[in-house]
Parts: sequence; C-alpha cells; structure tokens
Amino acid sequence: MNRGERSLQDPGPAQSAVASESALAPPPAVSAGTTRRSRVRAVVGSRLFVCLILAGILALFWVIGLARDESVSRLLSLTVWGIALGGIIALGSIGLTLAYGVLKFPNFAHGALITTGAYIAFAVVNAIPHSAPLRPFSFGWELLAGLVIGMPVTGAVAVLFDRIVYRRLRRSHPTLVLYAMASLGVAFVLRSILYLAWGSDFRFYYEGRANPALHLPFDVRVQADQFFNLGLALVLAYLVHLLLTRTRMGKAMRATADNPDLAQVRGIDTERVIAWTWFIGGGLAAAGGVTFGLASQLRPEMGFIILLPVFASVILGGIGNPYGALVGSLIIGVAWQLTAAATNPSYGPGVAFGIMVLMLLIRPQGLFGQG
Amino acid sequence: MDHVSLVRALLLVVPAVLVWLIVLRLRAAWRLLLSIVLGIVSAFALTLMLAPGDLSYLVSFATMGAIYAILSLGLNSQWGYSGHLNFGVVGFFAVGAFTTALFTTAQPTGLMAQYSQQVFGLQLPFLVGVIAAAVVSGVVGLLIAVPVLRLRTDFLAIATLGIAEIIRLIFQNERWIANGPQPMRGIPQPLSCLFDHPATCGWLPKTAAAFFAPMQPRDYIYLYLLIVALFLAATYIVLEIALRSPWGRALRAVRDEEQSAAMSGKNVTSFRVQSFILGAVVMGIGGALYAHYVTSIDYSHFKPLFGTFIVWVMLMFGGSGNNRGALLGAFVIWAVWTGTAFLATALQPLLHAVSPELAERSAYVRWMLVGILLLLIVLYRPQGIIREEKVVSGFLKERRPD
Repeated sequence: MNRGERSLQDPGPAQSAVASESALAPPPAVSAGTTRRSRVRAVVGSRLFVCLILAGILALFWVIGLARDESVSRLLSLTVWGIALGGIIALGSIGLTLAYGVLKFPNFAHGALITTGAYIAFAVVNAIPHSAPLRPFSFGWELLAGLVIGMPVTGAVAVLFDRIVYRRLRRSHPTLVLYAMASLGVAFVLRSILYLAWGSDFRFYYEGRANPALHLPFDVRVQADQFFNLGLALVLAYLVHLLLTRTRMGKAMRATADNPDLAQVRGIDTERVIAWTWFIGGGLAAAGGVTFGLASQLRPEMGFIILLPVFASVILGGIGNPYGALVGSLIIGVAWQLTAAATNPSYGPGVAFGIMVLMLLIRPQGLFGQG
Repeated sequence: MDHVSLVRALLLVVPAVLVWLIVLRLRAAWRLLLSIVLGIVSAFALTLMLAPGDLSYLVSFATMGAIYAILSLGLNSQWGYSGHLNFGVVGFFAVGAFTTALFTTAQPTGLMAQYSQQVFGLQLPFLVGVIAAAVVSGVVGLLIAVPVLRLRTDFLAIATLGIAEIIRLIFQNERWIANGPQPMRGIPQPLSCLFDHPATCGWLPKTAAAFFAPMQPRDYIYLYLLIVALFLAATYIVLEIALRSPWGRALRAVRDEEQSAAMSGKNVTSFRVQSFILGAVVMGIGGALYAHYVTSIDYSHFKPLFGTFIVWVMLMFGGSGNNRGALLGAFVIWAVWTGTAFLATALQPLLHAVSPELAERSAYVRWMLVGILLLLIVLYRPQGIIREEKVVSGFLKERRPD
C-alpha cells in the first residue's frame, strides 16, 4: 500500500504558490507570533487533525440526533443510507478526480455526463422487454443492460466532446479558466440535448414499483438497491485500482498526471491517455447517474444537484487521487444523510459544501495529498 | 402623438441618450451633444414606430438587460480587474435582493403574519433599500473574501459555487428570515404612485400629477427602466474611474504580476480583498434593482445556472477586463436568451415534423445556443468581443490600441 505509487496527486501549482510566497517572505527575523501561527497552521492542517475534525462533525450529528430523541436505529439507518449515497457520489467523483488529475482543470460538465448516462440507461430500459425483478432488488436484467450500454456510450460522449472542444483548446495552451468555461459550455449543450430529448419532467426507471426495505439487525431499514449501489461503486473502484496499478495505460495515466511533459518525453502518447481518461471518467459517471436515478428519480438537473457533493469529495480526498475520492464520497454521503438527524434535512448538501470549504481552508491538498 | 405616448417617449429619452453616449466614440463635447440629439430622436422614433406591445416588450427586455449588465460589471471588477474566479455571483445577487426586500417592505401583522414571515420589515424608501443591499452584500463579500481568496483559482471557483448554494439553501429553509420557501411579495416600487393614482403622491406638485394622470400601472416599466439606466450609468462611471485610477492599475498589477506588485510595496492581499468587496457591492445593487423590478422574490430565482453562469457567459463574450465589453456582453447574451423564444416559435413547424414532443420543448434550444456561443468564444476569441485595453491611465495620452 505504497501511497507514493498510488497517488495521482499533482501538487504542482499549490507547491509553486507556496514557494513563491516563501520567496516573498521577510528575511529570517521572524517574530515569535508568526512562528506560533505557522506551527498552529501545521497542526491544524495535519492529516490526523483533519480526520479528527471530520470524525467530530459526524459524531456531533449523532449526539445532536440523540439529544433530539432520534432512535439509535434511525441514526444507524441514516448512516447506512449515507454510505450508500457515498457510493453513488464516489462513482461521479472517481471519474472527476482522474480527469482533474490528468487534465488539470475542474470539469463542470461532469454533472451533465452523470445525467447523460442515467438517461441513456433509461432509453435502454424502455426499449427492451422487462424481466421479473431480481429480488431482493427492485430492478430486472434490463437495468443492468442499460448500465452496460450506458457506461461505454457516455464514455464515448465524453471522448467526443474532448475531440471537438478540449483537444482544440489544448493546442493553444490556455489558462485553467478557459478550460473551466469550455466545460460550462459543454454542460449547457449536453443539458439542452437532454431537455430536448426527454423534457423536464421527473422520470423513473420503474414507475411505482414496490421497493420494500430489508429487515436487518438493530431495526435498520435499508433497501436492497442501496446495497447494490454501494457494491457497484466498490467493484468499479477496485477495477479502477487494478487499471491504475496493473496496466500500461493505468501507469501512463499516473505518469501523465504527475508530469505531462516528462511523460511525453518518455514516449507516452498523452492524447491517448487523455482519451482513455475521458472514457473511464464518462463511464463511471454514467454508473453514478444510473445508481442516482435508481435511488431517487431522473431529471435533467440531477447531474448538477450531485455535482457539488462530487466536487466536495474530490477535494476532500485530494485532487487526482481516486482512493481519496472514494473515502471523501463516503464521508460526504454520511454527513449529508446525518444532517437529517441534526437539523432540517434539506441542509444536507449545504453541510457537504460546508465541509468542503472547511477542508479547502485548513488542508487544501485534501486528506491524501502531500503536505 | 397622444399624451400617453408622449410621456413614454420622454421617459425613454434618458436611457436612449445613455446608450448613444456609450456607443459613440467622439470627443467629449461632440459626443454629449450628438448623444442628446440622437437620444431624443430615437426615443420618439421608437415610440412612434413600434406597436405599444412591442415597445413594452423592448422596455422590459432593456430593464432586465441593464440589471444583468450591473451584475456583469460587478463580476468584471472581480474577474476582469483582479482575476478572482467567483462562481458565486448569484449568492451576492440573492443577498442584495432579499436585503432590500426586508428594508422596504412592512412586517406582516395580524392574519398576514400567519402566511408570511420575515425577520424585520422597516418600510424604508427605495434608495435606503438599495444602499442597505450594497452594504450587506459588501459585508458578506468581506466575510467570504478574507478566508477564501487565499485559495488557488480553481478552488476559489468551487468554494464560491458552494457558498452561493449555501446562501440559497438558507433563504430556502429559514422561514423566519424572508418567508423561506414561499415568495416575499409586495416589494414596493419607487414612485409607483405616479402610475397608480397620482393623487396619493402627496409631495407631488399638482401639474406633475396631472401630467401623469392618464398613465396606467402597466406603464410603470418605462419609469423603472429610467431608474435602472441611471443606476447602471452611475455604476459604470464609478467603475471606469476606479479602473483608470492608480488603484485600478494596482489591481491589474496584482492580477498579472503579483510578486512585482508586492515588491513595489503594494499590499497584495488587501487589494484582492478590496476588489472582491467592490464586485460584491455592485452585485448587491443589481440584486436590489431586480427585487424592486419583479416585486416578488423567492429562493428559486437564485439558482446558479441563471444567476451565475449566464453572467459569466456575458462577461466572457463581451470581453473581461473591459467595462464596455461587460455591457455589450450582457445585452447581447440577454438578447440571445430572450430571442430564442422567437427562434423556437419559428422552428416550431420543423420541430413538430420531427416529433410533436420536441416542439413543446423548443424553449430549451436557448441553452444549446448559449453553450455553443460560449464554446465558440473560448475556442476562437478568448479575449471577448472587445478586448482589454493595454493602457488605461488617463495620464498617458497615447493612442489606445483598440
């Protein structure tokens, strides 16, 4: 479990910023106050301290929930739901973090890819005959077919937009902002296509199909679908791990993320690496969309709703680090769901963004980033 | 020309003069003279030539366009001058709108209090509401700027996007602040008594009351366009002076060459915070003008797609770092956005031939157009239609490379 090998983290810009700051810092005659401040910052920004804060936030929600006379079984259920939701978020955030690491820009169109995947699977589910539900799950083989078709198709959509937009942009070596703007434009275009094709109504993979909760120890009530979502996320995350560590393409991806110029000099076809990154990111996003649609409903804004939690998980885990994204997603998912125990449940996303902003302030490189 | 048209035309004169002032590129004296002449001519020509319905449509279009122009100018002072990637425009927009609503409406009492809640209602005049919106938005900007501006560009974008969502969630869920999920209604409109029943404007001279007597409440938008145009002009002038002042040039230095600026003795952090607050104040004013325009606001007006990203498209299109570009972008993109309604109607038969459902959804074509426009700008003209001026100082009188 060598982190150095596993991490796709690129500390480049952050580090250079630190370096330039220190170059500007006044000469060594530093007062006691500043050293104390930097020592405090070092402690606050340490991985252990951040973990303690995150654990403390989750524990605080439990305590508030108990103080508000929520039953332990409900708190347990919320936690399990949060882990399942974390699985859905993870599918989005692993793809986003890979693309962020390789391409070095925040892709605001990732939410639109999530929605695209969900709707492609929806089209497949409606186009083929339905089998009996695969009990205990609420879905039949057709949803799995939708997933299997939706993932590569969405991956191809991502590659297509890279060919049309981002590759052209890459040639002129633009600033990060232009990439971000281009991704906004792509998001608008994809979204309008989805609106034109399916309208703005809510849709369901299975309208009105019963989806009873399982009866588990401690009276925890969880739907089997939620376990499916989490299981799918873990399996796909493991496949990404295998890809990154065992295949030439995976190693090339990590090399490109670390240092694109060096990778190119060493004979890695960075354009191919980028195309694969988009394909994998798009495919994972589609899986995230399908599971999100299964857990709630389909609508054209679903990708944007989940985009910020996805970004929060990416930042929590450290940009470019898929393992960090998985861990971050689980934390964000649990925090989101546990909000319901402590306060108004509609603050769930707000709590997720709050954790993200806190993380950016005390440890911008994320949980798994190098200090 | 009847009396109603005359009043309409007179109300349109000032906005028209302002448009000519910004469009014409002549020496100051000539520009003023010609603008006044052309403004009067075009205001009367529009009133005479357009059907009343079309004219009202144009006026409401221009009003929203001007409000967006203020937002775009606010974003320009953050992104264009100082390179803050603020993706939370809509947060300041919402803060401004709700602040003025709270300052100018009355606290509901009796039976109404069961349906409508707000933390306070001061019933102060419109101008006080706008000033309060600017101040509160600036304070929120300060609170956000101090911790967040230390972040890397991309992190700043994501953090501000998240903060704007949190602001919206607060307005959505906290009923006691501003009626939560229900709209805040009855935000007063300045001088609306002129168009309602002029007799109630107690301070008004008799002749003026008689002048406005035949006007209907629906004509109020003409007066509001005048008010918004004046605010826009004031914002533009203040920002132009600021950009061309030593302060504005220091901001550009901090943006482009942070280390050199610091070595020249500029307090980099302070400059960055100041420009962020300036932008927040301008956006707050935009929010206040919006609230008094629509008179009824709720959280759903303040979603990022509509309040943040479209403003970004406007600024990118017009040209960031250039206030005239910000104005141009705001009106062009707003025209594209509203114009797609006509395009959708024109495309209706074609779309209907493909599928009847597609025709019903034709309004969504606008997202595609805006998206494609943004992509074209990013790919082929990243500096925008009007590029940033290299020399902005008023002391250096060389020919500006336009």
